[in-house]
Amino acid sequence: MAYGLAQGGGVNQEQFTAQHEAEWRRLEGWIAQGKKSAPNSAEKASVEEFAGLYRKCCQHLALARSRLYSFTLINRLNKIVIQSHARLYGARRNLWQDVVRYILQDFPVHVRSEWRSVLTSAALFYLAMLAVVGAILIDPDMVYTVMDGDQLRQFEYMYDPANLDSLGRKAGREADSDLLMFGFYVSNNTGIGFRTFASGLFFGLGTIVTLLFNGVQIGAAAGHMTHLGYIQTFWGFVAGHSALELNAIVLSGAAGFKLGMALVAPGRRTRLRALRDESKKAMLLMYGTAGMFILAAMVEAFWSPVRSVSPEVKYVVGIVMWVVVIGYFIFGGRRAAR
Amino acid sequence: MLHFKANAEGLAQTGNDLTGSLIRMLDTLREVQTPEGIDLHLPVAGLVPRALAWLIDALIRSGIYVALALVLRFGKTGLGMFLLATFIIEWFYPVLFEVLRGGQTPGKRAYAMAVINDDGTPVRWSGSLIRNLLRVADFLPVMYGFGIISILLNRDFKRLGDLAAGTLVVYQETRLTTHELPKGGAVRPPFPLTLEEQQAIIAFAERSASLTAERSEELAGLSGPLVEGAVHPVERLCGMAKWLMGSRKAAA
Repeated sequence: MAYGLAQGGGVNQEQFTAQHEAEWRRLEGWIAQGKKSAPNSAEKASVEEFAGLYRKCCQHLALARSRLYSFTLINRLNKIVIQSHARLYGARRNLWQDVVRYILQDFPVHVRSEWRSVLTSAALFYLAMLAVVGAILIDPDMVYTVMDGDQLRQFEYMYDPANLDSLGRKAGREADSDLLMFGFYVSNNTGIGFRTFASGLFFGLGTIVTLLFNGVQIGAAAGHMTHLGYIQTFWGFVAGHSALELNAIVLSGAAGFKLGMALVAPGRRTRLRALRDESKKAMLLMYGTAGMFILAAMVEAFWSPVRSVSPEVKYVVGIVMWVVVIGYFIFGGRRAAR
Repeated sequence: MLHFKANAEGLAQTGNDLTGSLIRMLDTLREVQTPEGIDLHLPVAGLVPRALAWLIDALIRSGIYVALALVLRFGKTGLGMFLLATFIIEWFYPVLFEVLRGGQTPGKRAYAMAVINDDGTPVRWSGSLIRNLLRVADFLPVMYGFGIISILLNRDFKRLGDLAAGTLVVYQETRLTTHELPKGGAVRPPFPLTLEEQQAIIAFAERSASLTAERSEELAGLSGPLVEGAVHPVERLCGMAKWLMGSRKAAA
C-alpha cells in the first residue's frame, strides 16, 4: 500500500514537474552564472531568494525520491541540490582581512595555545643543538661523528675570514647572487619546514627525527666554526636571521606534533576525527611558519652577507630580532583576543 | 491513480532491499547529508584515474619547468627566480588550482574529477593546503607508497592527506548524459520501482545496443516479474526505460 499512497495520493510526475519547472530553471540559471566572490548589494537580496529556492528544491528532491519518480528527474534535482549546496555553503570571505587579522592576532594566540607542542619541539631542537655545540667545544673531534670531511671543508671555506669574498660582497659578488641565495633559502628552508610538519603524520616520529637531525647539523656547524675561531664571520652571518629561521623550524615541528599526537593520543575521539581537527589547528601554525621562513630567507639573503656593517651591529640586530620574535609570541594579540 | 496488486508490491519490496544494498556495496557512491536533511550522492574517484590525473599534472609541471629554465637561464638572478618559481609550483600548484578553479587541477579536469570537502562543499585554502602539504607523507617510502595503500584500504579512496584534510576526490558530472534508446514505444512498469531498479533498467536499455541479441535476451529474462509473459522481454524493458525517462508515447 505504501507505494500506492506515495504515488497515487499526491501528484504524478508530470504535474510535479510542471509545477516546479520554473523554480528549478531559476536555480540552474543561478548556478550557471558562475562563481563571483562576494555578492554586491543588489545581489544580496537575491541571495535570500536563492537560499529559499534551494531549500524548496531540497524538499522536491526528497519528495521525488520517496514518491519513486523517475531516475532522470531525481538525477537532475540531485545535481541542482549538490551545486546549490556548494554555492550556498562554500561562500568565501575576504582573504586579505583574514591575513591581517592572522598576523596581528591569531598566529601568536595559536602558538601560545599550542604551548605543549611548541615547547616539546623547541626542547628537542635546541637541546640537540646545544648538546652538540657543547660536545664539540669540549672535544673538537666530536664533529666528525656527525659530519663528514667534505661537508666540513665546505663550511670552513665559507666562513674562513681569509676568504672574505666567499661570504660577503666582494668585487665579483653583485646583488644578483643575493637573489639567487634568496631563491635557494626560500625553497630549501621552507621545504625542510613543510617536511618536518608532514612527517608528523607518522605518529610524530618523522618530526622527532627531522628536528634532531637539523638540531645536530646546525649545532655541529656552529660548534666547529666557534672552535676554529671563525667567530665574526660565522656568528656575524647567522645572527640576523637566526631568530626567524630556527623558531620557524621549531614551529614546523610543533605543527607536526599536532598531527602525531592526534594519532597517538586522540582522547575521546576516533583517530580520524582527531586527525582532522588537529590538522586544522596545525595549519594555523603552518601559515605563520611559512611566512617566518620567507622573512628569514630575505634577511639571510639581503642583510646577513652585507660586509659594510660591523659584526657588532649584526649581533645587536640579531639580539633585537630574538627579542621581537619572542615578544611577538608572548604578547602578540593578547589585547585583541580578549 | 495507480493501483497495484499486493503480491507485486511484496516482490518489489523484497527486491528493493536486496538490490539497494547490493548496489550500495558495489557502487562507489558516498552519501552526505546536508543541513536540509537531503542525502547527496557523490561518486568518489579511485586510484587509477587519480594516478593518471597526477601524471598529466606532473607532465604539465615539467613543461613549465623547462619553459622557465629557458626564460630564466640568464645569470644568477634568473637562477634565483627559477628556484623561487619551482618552489611555488612544486608545493602550491595543486592548491592554487583546487581553490581557485573549482577543485580541479588540469589533470583532474581531464578526468572530470574534483576535490571537495567531505560535506560536499568546495575545498578551501586550509583543506587544500593540508592535503597537499601532507603529500610528502603520502609519497613515502617511494612513489606514493603510503598514499596508494591508504587509497586501496579506504572506502572513499582517500590518501593520507585526504584523511587529515577531510576531503574527497569525486567525479563531476558535467552534464547529464542522454543516450540513444532503441526504437519503440514507452511501456509503464507494472509496479513502482526504486531508484536503483530504475537505474538498472535505464542502464540496461542504454547498453542493449552494444550487447549481442542473445545476451540482451538473457539479461532481460533475469528481471522476473517485469517481463513476465512478454513476447519480447528486451523490447519491454527498453520500453519501460523510456517510460522512466519521461516518454509516454505508446507503441504505434
